[in-house]
Amino acid sequence: MGTNQVLRSVNTELKIMEVCGTHSEVVSKYALRQFYTGRVKLVSGPGCPVCVIASEDIDLIIEYARCGFTIVTFGDLIRIPGTVSSLAVELARGKSIKVVYSPLDALAMAKDNPSNQVIFVAVGFETTAPLVALTIMKAKKEGIKNFSVLSLHRTMPQILRTLFQTGVNLDGLILPGHVCTITGSKPFEFLARDFGITAVISGFAPEDIMESIEIIRENLHRPSIYIQYKRAVSTSGNMVAQEAIKKVFKPCDALWRAFGLIKDSGLAIKEAWSFFDARKRWPIKPIHHKQALNKKCSCEDIMKGILTPLECPLFRTFCRPESPIGPCMVSSEGSCAIYYKYGG
Amino acid sequence: MDIVLSAHGGGGKLTEELIQEVFLNEFDSDILNEMEDSAVLDIDFNKLAFTTDSYTVKPLFFPGGDIGRLAVCGTINDLLTRGAVPLFLSASFIIEEGFRLYDLKRIASSMARTCREAGVKIVAGDTKVVARGDADGIFINTSGAGYVPFGVNISVKNAKPGDKVIISGTIGDHGMAVLSSREDFTFDPPLESDCAPLVDIVNTLRSFGESVRVLRDPTRAGVAEVLYNISRASGVGIEIYEEKLPVKPQVASACNMLGLDFLQLANEGKLVAVVESSAAAKILEAIKKCKNGREAAIIGTVNDSGQITARTALGTSRILSRPVGELVPRIC
Repeated sequence: MGTNQVLRSVNTELKIMEVCGTHSEVVSKYALRQFYTGRVKLVSGPGCPVCVIASEDIDLIIEYARCGFTIVTFGDLIRIPGTVSSLAVELARGKSIKVVYSPLDALAMAKDNPSNQVIFVAVGFETTAPLVALTIMKAKKEGIKNFSVLSLHRTMPQILRTLFQTGVNLDGLILPGHVCTITGSKPFEFLARDFGITAVISGFAPEDIMESIEIIRENLHRPSIYIQYKRAVSTSGNMVAQEAIKKVFKPCDALWRAFGLIKDSGLAIKEAWSFFDARKRWPIKPIHHKQALNKKCSCEDIMKGILTPLECPLFRTFCRPESPIGPCMVSSEGSCAIYYKYGG
Repeated sequence: MDIVLSAHGGGGKLTEELIQEVFLNEFDSDILNEMEDSAVLDIDFNKLAFTTDSYTVKPLFFPGGDIGRLAVCGTINDLLTRGAVPLFLSASFIIEEGFRLYDLKRIASSMARTCREAGVKIVAGDTKVVARGDADGIFINTSGAGYVPFGVNISVKNAKPGDKVIISGTIGDHGMAVLSSREDFTFDPPLESDCAPLVDIVNTLRSFGESVRVLRDPTRAGVAEVLYNISRASGVGIEIYEEKLPVKPQVASACNMLGLDFLQLANEGKLVAVVESSAAAKILEAIKKCKNGREAAIIGTVNDSGQITARTALGTSRILSRPVGELVPRIC
């Protein structure tokens, strides 16, 4: 029996964590915390792929932009603060930074502007990685010379292992439905086996989350990985997408904001594709700045589920979406931005 | 010649030819045709409503409209939401050198058509041409004037606790239509902008007198921002019923996919009305009879909490926050 399996009666308040930004948003949008007052305490974990990007990585992207590369990425990333600047500030200064909805758009941009070197900054969990893998394959097939990828992909299982190894106290876990559509439930089985956690892979409608909470409640003493989101998720997942990831990427150690360096928690581009790996092809070192983050910023504890945004002294006073201090206020999937938008 | 040259902005013969060929022909306005330095207007009223707006939408032509229609509707609707009867418009064009004359004519013709639809006249105008790269195709500014009928007092300050909030139709169509045509998303069934003058709906509301307290068109920053404006100006709170919000399924699912909130998306042919509770049902029925009001709904109630909240389908309540920054750039 694991350390986290605290035997409680159903009458005490349960503490359940969701680790997907989309789940966090639904919880707040439908005011589920209010609905479960006194019965379930819902906390958010490290599920926002943008919030967990370390400021060192943002510095690296800014350095590429300053060297004249065209930086292409998803919208939220451009507002994340590095140690001294952000991509949004660099954009206003005239650097070439573009926002797209798909990595294929970045490839098209490279094709349309053959004289520019385009770097696509790939963020996201297992959900976005297959599409980036396919884009790299397409670039190779078409012989595109001015396109490369800076992989900042993160994977879910290892960060959850780290979270439980540091001794977080939870009664249950709501697992990310989109990630598990790709990975299947297998990579998460260690949660039940090693930590005695009851976890449910949930869909994204409010009723999906409510059903998942019920599944956790009924199976508190039967730790396992349950699938509520059956219409999309299987035990083995999407093999085609997994093959695409495996073909192009390999596991690597990755730096997480709030957690530090975690073994095998990221995806690096394999040697065979190194022509499209920005790190290999354009090895530059950003100037290292001393961490300028505000000491009162509680994002680290918020991403670990120790504090809620409402318990951060900067929340709503000094830290707001228009002038974010910590990363959780920047991305629309960040806990603080979600609490700010919906009130809790 | 099929493109605009910088010489077209020189003020001489070529400028006159451009104005004659594109604008005067299309706009067909006796006052404009006089080509005087300013329009002299015969008026017979004591309250004038006056407004101005600039239009930079990208792309210039989008499903359901174009920058010309937008430039007329946007300004007319700002007059209508004060209860005014719109009469006159000015139209100024800043055109990038190299712009296709064919497109300029399409835009002018669309403006003329929208003016006829709304019963207003373009009486003053200006054309400037800037070098390639100094503008993006074309920017348009329109100003509008109209009279406020005697006794009409519609203002964002008039909402009172107990009043009902009505929206004249589905939310977020314009914002999503422009975004999708820019990003090449396609919808089935196709999604069009709601861009339209609100003349018929506002004229319908005139018969309800002082029961109509506030009118506002939820353009940039959407319904959420309008609710916030009303709350602050009137010193009231508003509760919205989430289940009652009319939204097209394409807009709702695209918002889900892109992480956008349709309450913050721009509308260009919709009206938020705050009306006296006892008249709300009749007013709703009247709006529903209008061409652009078929999907109107009562979506909320004014209270004295000072906060904007949303009642969810589960019966829980949450804050409805004000849009921050730019959700989708260059939407109007």
